[in-house]
Amino acid sequence: MSEEKKDHFISPISLDYNYTAGAATTRFLKKVSEGKIVGQKCPKCTAVYVPPRGSCPRCGVATEEEVELVDKGSVESFTIVHIPIPGNPIVPPYVCAMIRLEGANISFLHLIQEIDLKDIRIGMRVEAVWKDKSEWDTTLENIKWFKPSGGDDIDPSEYRFKGPE
Amino acid sequence: MIDAAVIGVGQTKYDSKRRDVSVGGLVREAIDNAMKHANVDWDAIDAVILGKAPDMFEGIMMPELSLADAIGAVGKPVLRVHTAGSVGGSTSVIAATHVTSGNFDTVLTVTFEKQSESNATWALSPKYPYSPHINAGAGGYFAPYMREYIRRYNAPENIGWIVAAKDRQNALKNPYAHLQIPNIDEKMVADTPMLWEPLRYLESCPSSDGACALVISNEKLAKGRKAAWIKGMAVRSEGTLSAGRDEVNPQGGQDCASDIYKQAGILNPKDEIDCAEIYVPFSWYEPMWLENLHFCDLGEGWKLTENGTTALDGDLPINMSGGVLSSNPIGASGMIRFGEAALQVMHQANEYQVDGAKLAMGHAYGGASQFFAMWVVGNER
Repeated sequence: MSEEKKDHFISPISLDYNYTAGAATTRFLKKVSEGKIVGQKCPKCTAVYVPPRGSCPRCGVATEEEVELVDKGSVESFTIVHIPIPGNPIVPPYVCAMIRLEGANISFLHLIQEIDLKDIRIGMRVEAVWKDKSEWDTTLENIKWFKPSGGDDIDPSEYRFKGPE
Repeated sequence: MIDAAVIGVGQTKYDSKRRDVSVGGLVREAIDNAMKHANVDWDAIDAVILGKAPDMFEGIMMPELSLADAIGAVGKPVLRVHTAGSVGGSTSVIAATHVTSGNFDTVLTVTFEKQSESNATWALSPKYPYSPHINAGAGGYFAPYMREYIRRYNAPENIGWIVAAKDRQNALKNPYAHLQIPNIDEKMVADTPMLWEPLRYLESCPSSDGACALVISNEKLAKGRKAAWIKGMAVRSEGTLSAGRDEVNPQGGQDCASDIYKQAGILNPKDEIDCAEIYVPFSWYEPMWLENLHFCDLGEGWKLTENGTTALDGDLPINMSGGVLSSNPIGASGMIRFGEAALQVMHQANEYQVDGAKLAMGHAYGGASQFFAMWVVGNER
């Protein structure tokens, strides 16, 4: 036996939990499993949320009306991750971008690929690249990543939702 | 007028691994220092308020319960606060409001993080159900907003390097600071590897173990003592996933700052406040928060950094102690800002004292920039 004194040890622990998506996200994910992206619109300020959470934090009201969106949008902002993240299987460098779909008023994070890293910019138009239909499930992972779709860049000032007026 | 003042500030030595102490030993080190500084005994403490960031960071659920002995809370009212990275700030405000409630004369408050017990980047980068696994730690989350700030105001890339070098130079004057990097300068920062574009390694905060404690009292105990009187204090939050949010210049931060200036009767914060400790975990957040806190107009923050206004010998020194960029025990990081602001107006900041400081600001933000906590303290009642 070693005489060396240890002042610490690493003990793996785990915690299992059940995740309930909730009514709004469940509806969203069911549509995603059919290859459709469906957001929800606030009845008061008209903001379109995707993915929807079932309510508008601006107005404090439930969002019921569904709005089908295209799988095209643009890059509100992004970072290029150069370091491995513990527990994350993606190999750096990779682009983590805030994707703003056309007609949506909030962005969500997704990957951008099929582009030279130095060409990525705020406002650049992108479109979804879907997995093969046979692999679709109730997850945004049905979209592998986004890729450049061409066309004029978006004016970034348009990302700021100012309300219905 | 707010009848509450900081009469004691206690900190631990910050380090990447404080293996010489348990979590209990760490918080007690800060508490002992705070009570010694305040020159009060346990009999004087009417309640204990504890704050820290997610329990997942150490894997200890509700640590305020198992720490009851270490924090001297047995038989006393105890409250736990959690508002992510801003928690050290909001815990200070909540402790002070216990005093201003009139139900408690003197309150002990303590915050901590022992990051070496786990891995915060891992804890902040989980795979969320039904989503691609792309969360990349706090730096990965905030980098796109720094990029948007740079784009919006056409800021030169060396601004981030200036902040990172300046705060670490200040840290060399603070024996508690975790990072002590001799001869640190802009070039050394610029030569470090890119982590999350546009952010380089030395533009990012360290992972630290550490704790901070404050003793806050009303005039019964504080009058006639060396004290930092609270002139204005507030917390704000905003909807994380709300349409129309501007995370580069959040409304919650603007409103929180306006509130404390109004309470303190401050009309021109840049001229009236002598120095500030603001929550800058990533270099670009200095210019971003200068604008958010109304120290200057939009797009002017990076110019204040560039022209030396925020340096220790500038007109508005920022993060004289070295800031979050030099020591980051997450749960305590906000309270360190609040406590360092208090030390400045008590004229006890030693090597990094701003001459004659009369009004100082402490600031913290947290989560996805949706939580804010601030106070302004002064040397006079």
